[in-house]
Amino acid sequence: MNITLRVWRQKGKDDEGRMVSYQVEDVSQDMSFLEMLDVLNEKLTVAGEDPIAFDHDCREGICGACGVVINGIAHGPEVTTTCQLHMRSFKDGDTIDVEPWRAKAFPVIKDLVVDRGSLDRIIQAGGYISAPTGTAPDAHAVPVPKTDADRAFDAATCIGCGACVAACPNASGMLFTAAKVTHLGMLPQGQPERAARVVKMVNQHDEEDFGGCTNIGECAAVCPKGIPLDTISQLNKDLLGSLASGKM
Amino acid sequence: MALKSAMAVTGVILVLFLIAHMYGNLMVFGGQEVFDNYAHHLRELGEPMLPHEGALWIIRVVLLASVLIHAYAAFTLWARARRARAATGVRRYQSTQNKKGVQRSYASFTMRWGGVIVILFVVYHLLHFTTNHIAPGGASDSPYQRVVNGFEIWWVVLSYLIAMLAVGLHLRHGIWSATQTLGQNKAGRQRGLNVIATAIAAVITVGFLVPPFSIFFGLVG
Repeated sequence: MNITLRVWRQKGKDDEGRMVSYQVEDVSQDMSFLEMLDVLNEKLTVAGEDPIAFDHDCREGICGACGVVINGIAHGPEVTTTCQLHMRSFKDGDTIDVEPWRAKAFPVIKDLVVDRGSLDRIIQAGGYISAPTGTAPDAHAVPVPKTDADRAFDAATCIGCGACVAACPNASGMLFTAAKVTHLGMLPQGQPERAARVVKMVNQHDEEDFGGCTNIGECAAVCPKGIPLDTISQLNKDLLGSLASGKM
Repeated sequence: MALKSAMAVTGVILVLFLIAHMYGNLMVFGGQEVFDNYAHHLRELGEPMLPHEGALWIIRVVLLASVLIHAYAAFTLWARARRARAATGVRRYQSTQNKKGVQRSYASFTMRWGGVIVILFVVYHLLHFTTNHIAPGGASDSPYQRVVNGFEIWWVVLSYLIAMLAVGLHLRHGIWSATQTLGQNKAGRQRGLNVIATAIAAVITVGFLVPPFSIFFGLVG
């Protein structure tokens, strides 16, 4: 199949940036989206042009490094990561628009690569438990109800790709923050710091210039890990409880 | 963060007011005496514990405070979202495909401009029926007469129709959003909460539109 790619090209963070069109020929349906970009980049390199910069690592959909906005949708038309999106989701002759995550908290470094350090700083603000290290205790030493464990695991699948922010009309990072708060808040080990955690993480979220959540739900709809929207409700409940009890 | 809770709580106050207001409006079907008596009783509410119009003024102050807090929070969050989106020029994404998002509702992305329409309508509405500075169809000392005079004119009915549809959409997303902001949503409840939000929005919209249309088509007055 032959496709036309319109890609956001931006030399550096001070460059203005623009959409540039490329023709990509003989694309196999079995290629992943990133492999298709690799093919284009090889051609660009041979032609002496600057290849398109994009983030990627595992290419198995579990690391959260890759992620671009394809045709206006974070990670493109399928609910998965960009590396797990295949060209069979497109048709011969399609024009495909590829852009970086767009948010104040995610400054563009080059082309499709953005700095997602703001998500790391939210984690650093409280997305952890303080525990003495050493020999791991027996797994069954602290009983955890099955439903709580399931919910914690579901939330813990968040890979921090940032699609929720890119898809949110307010560029809010609430789904990411809520996934971390829920993941730790559902488990006994997360309890001692639960009240303080949510306040610190939400404060950091706001300081990083993410927008406020208005419960539109675009985040959960594009999340490759299917983090449910009600985690944001759980975050709000924890936050209100924490502010009311003063246990910060 | 406190802004969103403030938004939700003041929103709930305003929804409760709308339900009471709608109930009052439906008194128009009881005829002039019933409607005017109801309006008059609002002024005597709480007497003799409270002075004349005491309860009314307490309600007015609470409502005004709610509207101001709601609007202040909305504008602050609006400005924050605008900055956070980091759009280049007018558009955030250059792609013209899927501009309407993946699943977002019409109600959810008209919250802000819809809210502006509603607040402008409230000013017009107060000048019309409360102070009677705007008196299409003729001013009157009787609240019932004011209503009937106004809604016999097509453009008055049309302006109220547009405003009530804006209110309905605002409530559809607002009620659902408030439950989530106040931490009341759970996966198993999400569908139910959305159905309830739609139902309340629909009942309020229809409840407010029944009197003007009944007057316009000559069923009342």
